[in-house]
Amino acid sequence: MTSSLSRAVDYQDLRKEITWDVSKRELGYTEGSPVNLAHLCIDRHVEAGRGETLALVHENHDGELRHFTYRDLMLLTNGWAGFLRGLGIKNLDRVCLFLDRVPELYIGFMGILKVGAVVEPLFSAFGEDALHSRMEDSAAVAIITQRKHLGKVRRVRERVPSLKTVIVIDHEEDGRPLREGEVAYSMMANRLETFPVFKTYPETPSVLHYTSGTTGKPKGAMHVHGSVFAQYLTTKVVLDLKDDDIYWCTADPGWVTGTSYGIIGPWALGVTQIVVDAGFSSDRWYETIEKHRVTVWYTAPTAIRMLMKDGLDPVKRHDHSSLRHMCSVGEPLNPEAVRWGREAFGLDYHDTFWQTETGSIMITNLPGMPVKPGSMGRPFPALEAAIVDPRSGEPITSPGRVGLIAIRPPWPSMMRTYWNNSATYYGKFLNGWYICGDQASLDADGYFWFCGRDDDVINTGGHLVGPFEIESALLEHEAVAESAAIGKPDPVNMEVVKVFVALRPGYTPSDDLELSIMNHVRKRLSPLAMPQEIAFVDKVPKTRSGKILRRVLRAQEMGLPTGDISTMDDN
Amino acid sequence: MAGREPQVASRQPINPGEGLMKEMILEYIKNEYIDEDEADEIVLDENTPLISSGIVDSFSMVSLKRFLERKYSISIPDEEASPEAFNTVTSIIALVNKHVAKKT
Repeated sequence: MTSSLSRAVDYQDLRKEITWDVSKRELGYTEGSPVNLAHLCIDRHVEAGRGETLALVHENHDGELRHFTYRDLMLLTNGWAGFLRGLGIKNLDRVCLFLDRVPELYIGFMGILKVGAVVEPLFSAFGEDALHSRMEDSAAVAIITQRKHLGKVRRVRERVPSLKTVIVIDHEEDGRPLREGEVAYSMMANRLETFPVFKTYPETPSVLHYTSGTTGKPKGAMHVHGSVFAQYLTTKVVLDLKDDDIYWCTADPGWVTGTSYGIIGPWALGVTQIVVDAGFSSDRWYETIEKHRVTVWYTAPTAIRMLMKDGLDPVKRHDHSSLRHMCSVGEPLNPEAVRWGREAFGLDYHDTFWQTETGSIMITNLPGMPVKPGSMGRPFPALEAAIVDPRSGEPITSPGRVGLIAIRPPWPSMMRTYWNNSATYYGKFLNGWYICGDQASLDADGYFWFCGRDDDVINTGGHLVGPFEIESALLEHEAVAESAAIGKPDPVNMEVVKVFVALRPGYTPSDDLELSIMNHVRKRLSPLAMPQEIAFVDKVPKTRSGKILRRVLRAQEMGLPTGDISTMDDN
Repeated sequence: MAGREPQVASRQPINPGEGLMKEMILEYIKNEYIDEDEADEIVLDENTPLISSGIVDSFSMVSLKRFLERKYSISIPDEEASPEAFNTVTSIIALVNKHVAKKT
């Protein structure tokens, strides 16, 4: 099976050619044999004589470079696994990663998998509440972090009784004393030639990614080692990675794109990837492409729109001739962004749609397939996907009629459950389909067109934020009596968080109070969850049973009819 | 955190010397964007990269912008609130001064 940008592809031919069995065959899997993600992504390449291939080129914010071959990764992940086992960490234990984009994050991820434990990635900008709710729910036994984030870990530690060990990766640079239950680990000083990789199987849990919903706390989507069959094949076919590519995924591994396609996918294919641990700036991004001769680039619509804001001049100042393929994920890619990409780079951005729960790309614009600007593309050929009626779950085939995006299970990378929450997991299925929670329609050519979320979850900068989490954090602010959070349309981030706040007696709206509330949410949850706009109201609209009517606020915000408000509490 | 008697200083239009402005912005960044356990350890001056080093991310820039607007009674257009303009306290002061000057 080959994929190529140089030829037009026939979608129906691809449906016959691209199957999960292809992936299993190419990865050397035979039914019933063990599969360990870390072995497949690292040791396998060394065993095949590709140990000297560069796996990771890491650039920190000062521009300093570090290079790691696949052999380096093997020794360093062995080191991690030996160290973790020495701490008593065993298979299925949940181990958190709470790190900036340092090499220890990427390599530690695989080290955890080698010992058979479950990786729980946590976005390094999470505040205390976000950190606590996830660690408490997963009953994590250990967390790997750095000095910069140790304060937050210390402040939640007492409230996470399962947490036995805090591992600090940069203690030697810092030297300040550690406390009881905290241990230092210097990755570069711990290379192990061999480690007996724990015998895991396709259904053994591997990665626990938390994601936000409309109600309740974030839910942990549990993935398994067999997910690699989907991540390998989609990386090969959709991202079109080949042996000599230099690949750059701009996503943070605190989120699923950053693990499925920022760690697992490229390394499953034995490709060199670039990681830049620096904040966004147009020049820095174009410099990255130029300096590293990036050939394949996977980024997000928000980032593309930020690049667009700075215009074409910065693009022209840099050499981007190495680029041959560009993809996007996180939120719908607007047609203007596709057109701008053509003008700026002479290439199409290929939109891809998937989610934390699906573990790999579901709907996509394939290389060689005509891109319709604004469309999500078509189902990945190994999958069956449809638009279904929200009530019956029956597929809708008439073009233009809106329904829910649905995928026919199973596929290798689908979540196996929500941790501690199987009832919600089973609620995601209808008439034999997995329901993604997004609305879309089909056109006559079978392309999917995104319409919106089917719930109240806010998609900001490609990340989902739960309104309930924000409202809960707001209630911890001394001035807030009640609140409602919605996504407000935004030209760069698709949506930003807007909150409606009713104040406690004795407080009055002011600019200072507004800033105080913004910073409160930012610190408790994360910068993504911080309200970018606050409206002070007398009361928040609710149903008589007390449910917040966010849809009414959203409709008001967009100047649309508010719909049926007969159940609204008017007291 | 704001209470019944907000602790944040007056929002009356002011035209402070750059030294005062620098100290005020540095203080605010230290208090709001750097973990309290780390605040004494991180060397932060007017030329420390804020955005490119990750001390302030693009989402948090909004609250920093809001602080500057409140503090100096100015309005910074979104198109001027770029990562480059917010990358150091020096560049922030230049941006604020430009808008303070526009008022007078």
